[in-house]
Amino acid sequence: MTNSRRFWLAVAAPLGALVVAFIVTTLVLLLTGSNPFDAYAALGGAFKTPRIVVNTVNTATTYYLAAVAVAIGFKMNLFNIGVDGQYRLAAMLAAAFAGGAFMSGLPSVLRIILTLAAAMAVGAAWAGIAAFLKATRGVSEVISTIMLNAIATALIAYLLAPGRLAIAQGNNVLTQPITEGGYLPNIDIPGSSSQLYTLIFLAALVGLGYWWVLNRTVFGFSIKATGLSETSAVASGISVKRMVVSAMLLSGAIAGLVGMPELLNGDTHAYSLNFPAGIGFTGIAIALLGRNHPVGMVFSALLWSALDSSSNSLQGAGVPKELVTIMQGVMLFAVVIAYEVVRRYRLVLEQKAVARTLAAARTTGDPNEVAAR
Amino acid sequence: MAHPADPPPGDPVEPPPVTRGAGAPPAVQLTGITKRFPGVVANSDITFTVARGTVHALVGENGAGKSTLMKTLYGMHRPDEGSIEVDGRPVTFHSPADAIAAGIGMVHQHFMLADNLTVWENIVLGSEPVNGVRLDSRSAIDKIRALGTSYGLTVDPERLVESLGVGERQRVEIIKVLYRGAKILILDEPTAVLVPQEVDELFGNLRELKSEGLTIIFISHKLDEVRAIADEITVIRRGTTVGTADPKAVTNSQLAEMMVGSELPVPELRDSTVTDRVVLDLAGVTVVDGDGRPVLTDITAAIHAGEVLGIAGVEGNGQAELVDAIMGIRPISAGRVELAGVDVTKLSTLRRREAGIGFIPEDRHRQGLILEGTLWENRILGHQTRPPSARGFRLNRSGARKDTQRIVDEYDVRTPGIEVKANSLSGGNQQKLIVGREMSGDPVLLIASHPTRGVDVGAQAAIWEHLRRAREAGLAVLLISADLEELIGMSDTLTVILRGKLAGSYDPAAVTPEQLGIAMTGGDLGQVAS
Repeated sequence: MTNSRRFWLAVAAPLGALVVAFIVTTLVLLLTGSNPFDAYAALGGAFKTPRIVVNTVNTATTYYLAAVAVAIGFKMNLFNIGVDGQYRLAAMLAAAFAGGAFMSGLPSVLRIILTLAAAMAVGAAWAGIAAFLKATRGVSEVISTIMLNAIATALIAYLLAPGRLAIAQGNNVLTQPITEGGYLPNIDIPGSSSQLYTLIFLAALVGLGYWWVLNRTVFGFSIKATGLSETSAVASGISVKRMVVSAMLLSGAIAGLVGMPELLNGDTHAYSLNFPAGIGFTGIAIALLGRNHPVGMVFSALLWSALDSSSNSLQGAGVPKELVTIMQGVMLFAVVIAYEVVRRYRLVLEQKAVARTLAAARTTGDPNEVAAR
Repeated sequence: MAHPADPPPGDPVEPPPVTRGAGAPPAVQLTGITKRFPGVVANSDITFTVARGTVHALVGENGAGKSTLMKTLYGMHRPDEGSIEVDGRPVTFHSPADAIAAGIGMVHQHFMLADNLTVWENIVLGSEPVNGVRLDSRSAIDKIRALGTSYGLTVDPERLVESLGVGERQRVEIIKVLYRGAKILILDEPTAVLVPQEVDELFGNLRELKSEGLTIIFISHKLDEVRAIADEITVIRRGTTVGTADPKAVTNSQLAEMMVGSELPVPELRDSTVTDRVVLDLAGVTVVDGDGRPVLTDITAAIHAGEVLGIAGVEGNGQAELVDAIMGIRPISAGRVELAGVDVTKLSTLRRREAGIGFIPEDRHRQGLILEGTLWENRILGHQTRPPSARGFRLNRSGARKDTQRIVDEYDVRTPGIEVKANSLSGGNQQKLIVGREMSGDPVLLIASHPTRGVDVGAQAAIWEHLRRAREAGLAVLLISADLEELIGMSDTLTVILRGKLAGSYDPAAVTPEQLGIAMTGGDLGQVAS
C-alpha cells in the first residue's frame, strides 16, 4: 500500500463521519423549519471573534488531556469511564492543597509543580482503586469506575463545605483561592478579551509523551500487545495484571491534570461549585473520534470545543443551541461505524496486495502457498 | 429421482432405494465451480462427480481449497461461477438450510455439540419434534434408536454429551445429520481427532452407511486412510481438481505427486544427537484446576540437550496444562521445574523466556501472534525485553525490523514485506515466522506444540527441518502433536499423557501408531513398553 493511500484511508473515516453528521444536521434543520444556511453561517461566523477562537483552544486543552487519559485505557481494552470522577476529585484536593497558607512561602515554580503532582497523585490513587479491584478480584473497571464517579461526587460534596476544605463567598462555596505566585500567568492575544492558557504546553507535552511511550518503549509495546491479544501477551511473558495496574494508574494521573488549566489558568484560582464537570465523558467521545491517536485527538478536541464555543451564536439565527449536541452525537455515531468499515476495507486491501505479490513470485516456479484460506 | 425435502420430524427415516449403475444420475455433480475471495481464487473451474452409494474421497493439502468447495456444496456461500446438480437436478443453495432440504448434511471437523445436553437433545436441536406445544422426547428418542439400529451407529440417546468420548461424539454428529434426512454426507477431516482404533470404528460405520445407499464425501489428506475407505478419489491442488484416482490401483506416492506436485515430506530424524546434559527437568509437577481437581499429576521427566521428547495423547489429557506449567503461565501446586540446572519454578513467564525457552504454541492465533500487528511487531513479541528488539526500556525498532527481515529470509516466510499485518499471511507462513522468532535469541529449550497443524506440505517440511537443526544445535525439544506419524518420526523418546499423567516410555523406532493409540486411550500396552 502506498503511503498516500495509507494516509487517505486513515482520514477517510473521520471525514466521512463529518459529512454524515453535516447531512443529518441539515435534515434536522429542514425538518424543524430552520434555514440551514443561516445556522451554518452563524456557527462559522462566531470564529470571526478572536475571543471565541481563544476560548476554543483553551477548552480544547482540557478536552485533550481528558482524551489522552481515556485513550491510555482504550489501548489496553480498558474502559476508564472514571476519568470524570478522577479529575474532579483531583482538582478539588489539589486546589485545597495549593490554597493552603503554607504554600505562600515557597518559590512559585515549586508551588506549581507540587500542585500538578498532587493532582496527578490523587487522580492515580482514585483510578488505582479500580485497578486494584480488577487485578485482585477481577471486578470490571467499567462498573467500578462508574461507581467511583458517584462516590467522588459525594466525597466532593462532603469536603467542599465551609469548615472542611472550603469557604463561603457570596452564594458560592469554594476552596481557599490560590494566592499570587501559586497560579500561572496567561498569554495575551491581540484583539481578544480572553487570554490563552499556558498549560496548553503541558497538554502538548502529555501528547508527545503519550506517543513516545506507546511507540518507543517496551512498556508501551506491552500495553498495545495486551490490548490486541491478551492471550498472546500472556504467552509472551507480559504480566497482564501489572499492565492493568500501570495503565490504570497512568490514565488516572493524566486524568488528574484535566482540571489544572481551569484551576491554574482560569480566573477563580479555586475549586468551586461552578467548576466544570462532565469533561471525563467528553474525553471518551474525543478519544473515539481521534482514534486514540496523539495527533488525531488534537483535531477532535479542537472540533468538539469549536462546536461548543460557537453554539451560543446559533441562537442569533433563531436555532436552538442544542443543535450542536445533535451534531456531536451523530458525528460520534457515524465515526464508530466508519472506522469499522475502513478497518475491514483495509484488511481486504492488504490481503489482496499480499496475494498479488506472492502470485507474481510464484510464476518463477514456486509451488504451494496462499491458495485459499 | 427427487428426494422429498426435510422429512417432517417424527417420521422414521426409510433407507432410500439403492440405485447404482450406469443409468442413474450421480448424487452430486459440480461443474465449473469457481469461488473467489478478496485477492485469491480459492476454487477455480472445479469439476467433481460423486456416484450414489459410494465413499468418495476429496484429498489435497491444507489450503488447497477442499473446505471452500465443500462449503459451496453445503450452501455456506455461493459460487461465483459454475453449477451444482444433486441427483441430476440443478440446485441453487442460499444457505445450509437449502442444502439440508436437498438431502446434504455436513459433519464438521470441530464438533458442534452442547456438553450439558443429552445426546437426543443435541440431535434434535434446531428441528425439535413437537406434540402440540410440548417437546416430544419419546418420538425423538425412538427415531434416534431406529437410526442407530439401521445404520449401526450405537450411542445411547439419553446420555449426557459431556460423558462421551471423541468417537462417540462424532457418531452423534453423524446421527444429527441423518436425523435431518441427509442422503449425502460430507465429512470434513473426520479422522483428525481420532486415534487409530476409533478410525477403524468410523470406517465400519461408513461402510454400513454406504451399504444402506447413502453417499459419503470424505475429506482428508491422510493418504493411507483415504485408500482404505474410498471407492474413488478426487485430488485437488491449488484450488482446482487435478484428476481422479482408483484407490485400489494408486499408490501413496502417486497420490502425493498429484496433491503437491512432488513427494510428500517424511518426518524422520538423522543420527542421534542426544547428550547426557539435562536441560529441562520436571520433578513431581502437579497442577490443579479452579475446583482443586488435579489436571496434571506428579509429572516427572527430563529432556537432554539434543533430544526431542515426543508426547502423544488424546487432546485434553493435560498437554496444554503441561505446556503452561513449563512456561510459567499457570502456577503449579507442587513439584519443581529446572532449566539447565537452575530452578525456575518461581520465575515468571518473561524470566523463563529470557532464560532460554522458545515456545511454538498450539494455537498460533490465540497465543503466538498479534494478528493486527505488523510482522516486525510480532517479531518483538516474547522478546520485548531483549536485543535486538529492545535497548533497555526502549524499543529498538530498527533492530527488530532488521532481524525480522533475517527471519523472513532464513525461514522462507513468503511475504511482500515486513510491514504487512500478520493476518494477511497464510497459516504456513505465519507458523514459519513464529518458528523463526522462537529460534532467535539462543534458546536452550524449544516447546513445540502441534508445530505443523494446519500448514501446507511445503511449510511442514520446512518446520521439520528447522526442528532437526535445532536438535543438532543442542536444543532440548518438547514435541506435542496429534499427528502420530510426526511424533514417531521426529522424537528420540516418546511418552504418552493420559488423564494428566505420563504413562510409559516408548522407543520411536519400534512403536506403531496402533500401539500408541491403545496407550493413549488407556489400554494395556505392557508388551511394547521399553
